[in-house]
Amino acid sequence: MAVLLNRRTRVIVQGLTGKIGSFHADDMKRYGTNVVGGVTPGKGGQVHQGIPVFNTVRGAVRETGAEASIVFVPPPFAADSIMEAAEAGLKLCVCITDGIPSQDMMRVKRYMRRFRYEDRMRLVGPNCAGVITPGQALMGIMPGNIYLPGRVGIVGRSGTLGYEAASQMKALGIGVSTSVGIGGDPINGSSFKDILKLFEDDPDTDAVVMIGEIGGPQEAEAAEWARHNMRKPLIAYIAGLSAPKGKRMGHAGAIISAFGESAQEKVEILREAGVTIVPTPAAFGPTVASVLEQQKKAA
Amino acid sequence: MDIHEYQAKELLARYSVQIPRGGLAYSPEQATYRASEIGGGKWVVKAQIHSGARGKAGGIRICTTDNEVSEAAESMLGRKLVTHQTGPKGKLVSRLYVEETVDIRQELYLGIVLDRKSERVMIVASASGGMEIEEIAEKQPDSIIRAIVDPGAGMQQFQAREIAFGLGLDNSLIGKAVDTLLGCYRVFRDFDASMLEINPLVITKDGNLIALDAKMSFDENALFRRAEISELRDKSQEDPRETFASDRGLSYVGLEGNIGCIINGAGLAMATMDMIKIAGGEPANFLDIGGGASPERVAKAFRAVLADKNIETILVNIFAGINRCDWVAEGVIKAIREVGVNVPLVVRLAGTNVEEGRRILAESGEKVIVADTLAEAAEKSVEAMRAYAKSKKN
Repeated sequence: MAVLLNRRTRVIVQGLTGKIGSFHADDMKRYGTNVVGGVTPGKGGQVHQGIPVFNTVRGAVRETGAEASIVFVPPPFAADSIMEAAEAGLKLCVCITDGIPSQDMMRVKRYMRRFRYEDRMRLVGPNCAGVITPGQALMGIMPGNIYLPGRVGIVGRSGTLGYEAASQMKALGIGVSTSVGIGGDPINGSSFKDILKLFEDDPDTDAVVMIGEIGGPQEAEAAEWARHNMRKPLIAYIAGLSAPKGKRMGHAGAIISAFGESAQEKVEILREAGVTIVPTPAAFGPTVASVLEQQKKAA
Repeated sequence: MDIHEYQAKELLARYSVQIPRGGLAYSPEQATYRASEIGGGKWVVKAQIHSGARGKAGGIRICTTDNEVSEAAESMLGRKLVTHQTGPKGKLVSRLYVEETVDIRQELYLGIVLDRKSERVMIVASASGGMEIEEIAEKQPDSIIRAIVDPGAGMQQFQAREIAFGLGLDNSLIGKAVDTLLGCYRVFRDFDASMLEINPLVITKDGNLIALDAKMSFDENALFRRAEISELRDKSQEDPRETFASDRGLSYVGLEGNIGCIINGAGLAMATMDMIKIAGGEPANFLDIGGGASPERVAKAFRAVLADKNIETILVNIFAGINRCDWVAEGVIKAIREVGVNVPLVVRLAGTNVEEGRRILAESGEKVIVADTLAEAAEKSVEAMRAYAKSKKN
């Protein structure tokens, strides 16, 4: 069933009636996502683009049995929306919003610790492209047609670089089980390691592509975990070879500020842990193909 | 976003962190006036630029007469100061801060950062101040004390006490150190800072604890609710190419190469720059035009890239998801006609409506080098750049 999301997952859209929320809710429905409701405070009771609107997430969950939400709420209010989703008992929240202050995200992470680990909502993002299980459901902003259904998992920080990888794979006939964007912010809901764990346990995933970038400790942490715990092949690319130190490269989190955070250093750490490195961003397709070929031979 | 030392000190002083008496000056006359206001017979004249390591670069001078103050000011104002943090171009000095001197008994280090591992605010302190933190970490790693703050409860008195005792301070200084540490944390929290560094924090011979230097950066995502901080932005300290782009809502970072980049998405932008490097070229910039690549945005991006006089080729790489390639292609053609592009232009489109997009480029009659893949785009850019550079020489 892939990870996080399938065609049965009951999804609500927080910020449904806004311009961006409306556009993507429509797109998600067309892809096959089971969108059961939306939340915009003050617009409860209305029906927007055929989707019932609720004032609160709690109300939406009560009426629709929603399990997951996608957040398109503007940055000043997005952290509040995520906490509302956690409190309403959702299992998954995907936050697309770019520009949430770091201190707000710190508070979100702290708030979520109120819940026991087993009951805690999984947050993906913010500042991400979302989650797609090709051929089943889309909770995000990616173009669905560039993903072929298949058995390789993708996890990455960047949206468009993830599209690049998926389309290179599609060109070689390689499909994707689920693609997860964890987002470009310094503090995010799910780390690389969190998503690798899900893929490792997923019977529908044979190998995983991890697309990292400069800044932060998460790729190194994932490498360490994979070295000891991952049986499936892990293939990785790190963007930002030409990035100077101390400069923020678009993503709020893409900044080299400490040892081990440059692309070269991360590649070294990953290679050391036995991860297959995609040598250039033009080689996602061929590298994945050759790893799958070896896997087949070994089996 | 960075601010100047004197601005950081003003914020800190509001939270009962002790700072030396000082005043801002824009001219040598003002500098001597500030010195006379402060009184005494010894002052420091400090160049206000967004960089550390100013001392070694000649940006901090100790003076004992009016004349010396005036001369120091004269020698710094209007010049560019090059430190090992500014890059070879340096940063323009247009403001000076004149301060009283203090008699130092010991220099300490105090930093507050957003720790990405714990995802919380971390206090970092060391009894070996005066050196950069990287140097302390290398030479005296055991001297570094760290404390992580719970974002729900805030920094506690005991945490400040633990740090103060850990630094080996006299009992008489513990109270002052606790006030200073808590004050610094509150400034950090209340203004959405991303970094605060006091290096050195000094113990004076008369038993005071004073922030001799101060450096602060702020979370750009939080500026919408920190109007007071936004007003402290000093554009003279930024790369003019970056100011031009950020005033137009574009995410741009200037680099040293000659291949200009216009790309959607931060990750793809970094990857494209990597690919240019692998193909033997050097990117001139990072530029993410974002999700909705409207014709207006594409035109703005061309203007921002062309503002850099080193540009010898432009590479446009758009992976259309929510937007469509035909729309992007129209934007590119419109930009060429409006802005005027006199260097080779390589365009790679992928994603939604790609055939239509390529057809529009081909039928426009404009000189556009079309590439199908990322690798091809980088190779063709480097080729075009070399041919252009050669033709310019002849």
